[in-house]
Amino acid sequence: MKINVDWDRCTGMGMCESLAPDVFEVDDDGSLIVHAEEVPEGMESDVREAVAACPTEALSLEGE
Amino acid sequence: MTHLVVVGASLAGLRAVEAVRRDGFDGDVTLVGAEEHLPYDRPPLSKEYLSADEIADPRYREEETFAGDLDVELVLGTPATALDSAARTVAVGERTLSYDGLVIATGAHARVLPGTEDIAGVHTVRTLDDAIALRAALRAEHARRLTVVGAGFIGSEVAAVGRKLGLEVTILEALETPLARAVGERMGRALTHLHRRHGTEVRTGVAVEEVLAENGHVRGVRLGDGTEMATDVLVVGIGARPATEWLEGSGLTIDDGVVADETLAAAPGVYVAGDVARWPNALFTDVAEGTMRLEHWTSAADQGGRAARHAVDPAAATPYETVPYFWSDWYDGRVQFVGIAAGEDIEVVAGDDAQGGPFTAIYRAGDRIVGALAVDMPAEVMKYRRLIGGRKTWDDALELAEQRRRQREEKARQRAEGACT
Ligand SMILES: Cc1cc2nc3c(=O)[nH]c(=O)nc-3n(C[C@H](O)[C@H](O)[C@H](O)COP(=O)(O)OP(=O)(O)OC[C@H]3O[C@@H](n4cnc5c(N)ncnc54)[C@H](O)[C@@H]3O)c2cc1C
Ligand code: SF4
Repeated sequence: MKINVDWDRCTGMGMCESLAPDVFEVDDDGSLIVHAEEVPEGMESDVREAVAACPTEALSLEGE
Repeated sequence: MTHLVVVGASLAGLRAVEAVRRDGFDGDVTLVGAEEHLPYDRPPLSKEYLSADEIADPRYREEETFAGDLDVELVLGTPATALDSAARTVAVGERTLSYDGLVIATGAHARVLPGTEDIAGVHTVRTLDDAIALRAALRAEHARRLTVVGAGFIGSEVAAVGRKLGLEVTILEALETPLARAVGERMGRALTHLHRRHGTEVRTGVAVEEVLAENGHVRGVRLGDGTEMATDVLVVGIGARPATEWLEGSGLTIDDGVVADETLAAAPGVYVAGDVARWPNALFTDVAEGTMRLEHWTSAADQGGRAARHAVDPAAATPYETVPYFWSDWYDGRVQFVGIAAGEDIEVVAGDDAQGGPFTAIYRAGDRIVGALAVDMPAEVMKYRRLIGGRKTWDDALELAEQRRRQREEKARQRAEGACT
């Protein structure tokens, strides 16, 4: 599963980081760093939760 | 389970119907909403929707999505007026809908100042229609002065927009310290600095006695001490009251929200979600007694999904617990809070709160970290959110704070070196 970020929507809120910190991280300037292009093994449910929790609906998964 | 009815077609209601369809629920789904609008996003209504010259469509989904992908019957523009939880029916206009599972997601209404309903220029911000009206009022050519009653988050956001649009802005707050309940006394003062720094006048401990009108249009307010203040636009941001009026006589327990158990169940087959829901959040019952009701985007979204899943399969219902989260955009900055503001033991672990930020503060209750607040430090609160959710200790939090401090120093050092070469 590939992780897509709609960069126009993401406002660096960090909900995704709090649910899947190995994949998402908000930098000091509020920009989002995505540490993995594909959802790492075993993290599918965390990443799905992160996608659902993003208040700007900036995240989506491809090839679910 | 054949028919799921969801009352309240906003965030929690939308997430409710989406969650069960994603899980493969193949019964009928009906989504009932009092507003004519398709479900839309409220947070922008007190922010970009007012301040930006070009505004984005706040609706979450297209109409076709409901009829198509989601296969949901939309009943919009008519409020539900009664619930019979024994017969399992909901009255909507002329119709009586029978349900097997019900989600109540009717949210909240803005509180108003009694007697001001018919005065032009007096606004609340809860619905899209409210925001359309306020947008026009703030941008009207003759609008020079904005007065905001209530220094809560929504009032504060509107004040910030007013400054951005070049208005003279005054906030009138009844309490001595704004936001004391939401973030504690000291942090309430810190946030007040943010306003003052941006030229918004904040007057605390003042009561609005009367709203003054001329030819049906607001011209000012009279305060408790008799002084009169002129204004062109008056925004009332004194909170919201849960939309439970339609549940009178339903047999549900209503007490500032619909009271539910830890699985969000308010009666057999009836589950609650979002701003209307009051439930015991097991994550905090050891440090804060009783139930909580949140008015936050994240929990409304989350509870919507959970309540609907429980409604279609009550046997599989499990306790719902969450670390509350909200954000608020003031001027060019962002305020973020996670957890609860229980206890007054607060430590500023980064930056300086004296001038209103940037800073990060953490909250202690007993031996636990229970909350974190950040102003303009977007990388911080979510790291504490994990600690709070994991019921970690205060020492764990201090350790994280120290680690973050070192990381920030290291980054600053690298930047400085980069700048020299
Ligand atoms: C201006 C504004 C700014 C905000 N900013 C932020 C923010 O920055 N961060 C944050 O975390 N949260 C913010 N929030 C809070 C967040 O938007 C709410 O928590 C969220 O909208 C709650 O969703 P809900 O579905 O529970 O209720 P609501 O969004 O209130 O929706 C309830 C719906 O139910 C309908 N309804 C009511 N009674 C009936 C009835 N009898 N029958 C049928 N339908 C009915 C209502 O018309 C409404 O459409 C903001 C809210 C507002 C108003
Ligand atoms: S939760 Fe959404 S808005 Fe926030 S950082 Fe993640 S992707 Fe961006």
